[in-house]
Amino acid sequence: MLTMPAVDEGAISAREAIAADLARLVAPASVIAAPAALKAYESDGLTAYRQPPLIAVLPANTAEVAAVLRYCHARKLKVVPRGSGTSLSGGALPLADGVLLGLGKLNRILAVDYDNRCAVVQPGVPNLAISHAVADRGFYYAPDPSSQIACSIGGNVAENSGGVHCLKYGLTTNNLLGLEVVLMDGAVMRLGGRHLDAAGYDLMGILTGSEGLLGVVTEVTVRLLRRPPTARALLAAFASNEAAGEAVAAIIAAGIIPAGMEMMDKPAVAAVEDFVHAGYPLDAEALLIVELDGTAAEVDELMGRVQDIAQQKGATSLRVSQSEQERLVFWAGRKAAFPAVGRISPDYYCMDGTIPRSKLPLVLTRMAEMSERFGLKVANVFHAGDGNLHPLILYDANKPGDLDRAERFGSEILKLCVEVGGVLTGEHGVGVEKRDLMPSMFSEIDLAQQMRLKCAFDPEQLLNPGKVFPTLRRCAELGAMHVSGGKLPFPDLPRF
Amino acid sequence: MQRLQPESISEVVQTVRAHAEARRPLAIEGSGGKSGLGRPVDAETTLSLRGLSGITSYQPDELVLTAWSGTPMREIWEALAEKRQHLAFEPAAGMLFGSGNEAGTIGGVLASNLSGPRRPSAGAARDHFLGFSAVNGLGEEFKAGGKVVKNVTGYDLPKLLAGSMGTLAIMTEVTVKVLPAPEKQRTVIVPVPDVVTGHRCLITQLQEAFEIDGAAFLPAAVAARSGVDLVRAPGSALAAMRLTGSPVSVADRCAALRAALGMATEELHSARSQALWSEINEVGSLLPAETDAFWRLSVPPASGARIADELGEGEAWMMDWGGGRLWIARRDASAEDATRLRQALSAIGGHATLVRGPESLRRAIDAFPMEAPPALLQRVKASLDPHGILNPGRMYRSW
Repeated sequence: MLTMPAVDEGAISAREAIAADLARLVAPASVIAAPAALKAYESDGLTAYRQPPLIAVLPANTAEVAAVLRYCHARKLKVVPRGSGTSLSGGALPLADGVLLGLGKLNRILAVDYDNRCAVVQPGVPNLAISHAVADRGFYYAPDPSSQIACSIGGNVAENSGGVHCLKYGLTTNNLLGLEVVLMDGAVMRLGGRHLDAAGYDLMGILTGSEGLLGVVTEVTVRLLRRPPTARALLAAFASNEAAGEAVAAIIAAGIIPAGMEMMDKPAVAAVEDFVHAGYPLDAEALLIVELDGTAAEVDELMGRVQDIAQQKGATSLRVSQSEQERLVFWAGRKAAFPAVGRISPDYYCMDGTIPRSKLPLVLTRMAEMSERFGLKVANVFHAGDGNLHPLILYDANKPGDLDRAERFGSEILKLCVEVGGVLTGEHGVGVEKRDLMPSMFSEIDLAQQMRLKCAFDPEQLLNPGKVFPTLRRCAELGAMHVSGGKLPFPDLPRF
Repeated sequence: MQRLQPESISEVVQTVRAHAEARRPLAIEGSGGKSGLGRPVDAETTLSLRGLSGITSYQPDELVLTAWSGTPMREIWEALAEKRQHLAFEPAAGMLFGSGNEAGTIGGVLASNLSGPRRPSAGAARDHFLGFSAVNGLGEEFKAGGKVVKNVTGYDLPKLLAGSMGTLAIMTEVTVKVLPAPEKQRTVIVPVPDVVTGHRCLITQLQEAFEIDGAAFLPAAVAARSGVDLVRAPGSALAAMRLTGSPVSVADRCAALRAALGMATEELHSARSQALWSEINEVGSLLPAETDAFWRLSVPPASGARIADELGEGEAWMMDWGGGRLWIARRDASAEDATRLRQALSAIGGHATLVRGPESLRRAIDAFPMEAPPALLQRVKASLDPHGILNPGRMYRSW
């Protein structure tokens, strides 16, 4: 039988008592229960969904996190962890009857260890702050999600965040050495450290990208990389998306793994150029940014080969950055793609599927047809190297029916990604956004297996329930394997 | 002793279901090449994945390869070499772990999460393991991950299965990330008087922008066993640093590294460099053959010299991963010695795995280290194999 995360009315009516209890576990000022103040937490980067939490609590250290979780566990209160609240999939969307656990006060860099090439940081430290802290010694932390100025490293761990450089340098999971994690029952567990490889089962591997469902990260040890001596970027314009796609495939087939390889279609280029004035060619149907890094001689050599390939594939213009400043300008456009689209449309809905790159022309054609059918425009930015698409669907939430159409359009795009051999999400996570699409990629048995793993960590399913899985079933029921078919989305999850 | 070699997934499913219902354990193996790694499994039936063999899809420009789990590594290596690609985590042929020169199967390589000298810069087997189909301990076929290089849909179960030694599920099909193989490699070797000097040299140069993707220290007696003339020539201990990439880049970085070292160095070019790193990867030929308790230690790289000093016996050990991995051969193959070794590590950080040892020792101890709370690990195990029938006891005594 299916269990829904019914709202615990008891929790809601006990709000004041719970707040008073929590105020004994953390500094009283760190417990927020006033409705006006709670509004600040009502959504994350997926602003289409909003729900103020029951209470927000902001612990200042691991012991406080453990105390809060132990208390919530004993009282059977749901908990939603939150870093900086930049999730694009609603991973930190609060629950009306749940405690929002904000990790923002755990914001210190605890140690930088160059001999072991790692840094030990608290989860609330912004991604970019790590790189800044080690820049003077020529080091950096490689994963660079576009929100890196704000997004927290703890949130990066929860979502296994990527970025434009992950083709060469990996996602968050490939750049972690250790974690301190508090489980739902308040137990504190340390995994890894300054050495490599898990001792036994790789729990760090499954905690990373578990979207806050398995544990709360309270400390992170990240790998530091030495910044390459030279990085240069190439802007290549093409007369069609197909030609640009072929150039991408040919670069990889030639044995070159660029540090970053990004593609934008014409609508995205237009929006970005109007906003950032990066000098992008407005007549191009598709624009490619290819960044190469390494020693100066190596970059020169590879840049020559990449330019040749781009030319063979019909590039209509080529520009190589001549200075670090120019390289950054090339990237400024791409990194501002989302806000740039936000300027030309009242609202936009950002999708995040991955496809086998060879299917790009097919997917773009089908997407254009859908755009026509739904009557909504779409601008595309891609992490072209790894086939990760970010279609941005333009809509106006004030127009009745627009959001609904945007969501249906988005769902169709993601189903198409799965249909051609890809996946629902490359880096933004499932959250609430793609939760109900999980059955298009996974069978019931696949999902039941994942839910049983969740039960090993959190048998009462108190930690971030309602995310990732389309149905919620009691752990005891998941033990019996011949499961029934019923699949009901949560009727009580706020969707406005 | 019964041996089953299913030829299809449904045969795997039927076999596991029958054993789950009867609560009878199954020993799971690929080619059996790593049977000496871990604890002996007491099961009347061995299920071999050899019958599920073959590359099902290889798309070089998508950087992914999908194969049945029983596909021999030699077949994978050949297919990749033809397109000038490789598995960047550099799996060893695994001679140290078991019998003969079986290179094993792709499933076995992933299930043991063993990686080579490039591991610190390129990641481990788990970092290149994108997705799988498998049969759990209830006989249910399930899948996780995907067949594309970038995916965060659902829990990252490939990470969990990597290194689980067949104790959680039986992988039937796996997808791995493949990458262009470097065109060129060179190795800079630095003769040094002692481990402290050699280790410091690695730690220092790894902090520079040379992109070193192999960093080892060989004590004199170990270097003397090398088949590479220039490695034996100095007659001393040495630090070795590998540089790979395009010819221009390698030549460039090699010159810069030698200049930065500012001491007498030697350079190994393609064939010699390859031969040395193959020896380092395979370990077996470099360490004394007569010792039979072989340990693999993963430690904070900067602690490598200190740990070698504390735990290395004579020169029956070597170091790679820039100090982060130590291979140690110990004469005392007793459970007490294993405890001593692990206790010494607990003060510093890191962990120790018994990779080869007499059966008496392998039975007496947990061959694999454990960092998470045992109760949680057992619940994780039970979430995939509730009756505990898959490779029971292979990693730990209690389950």
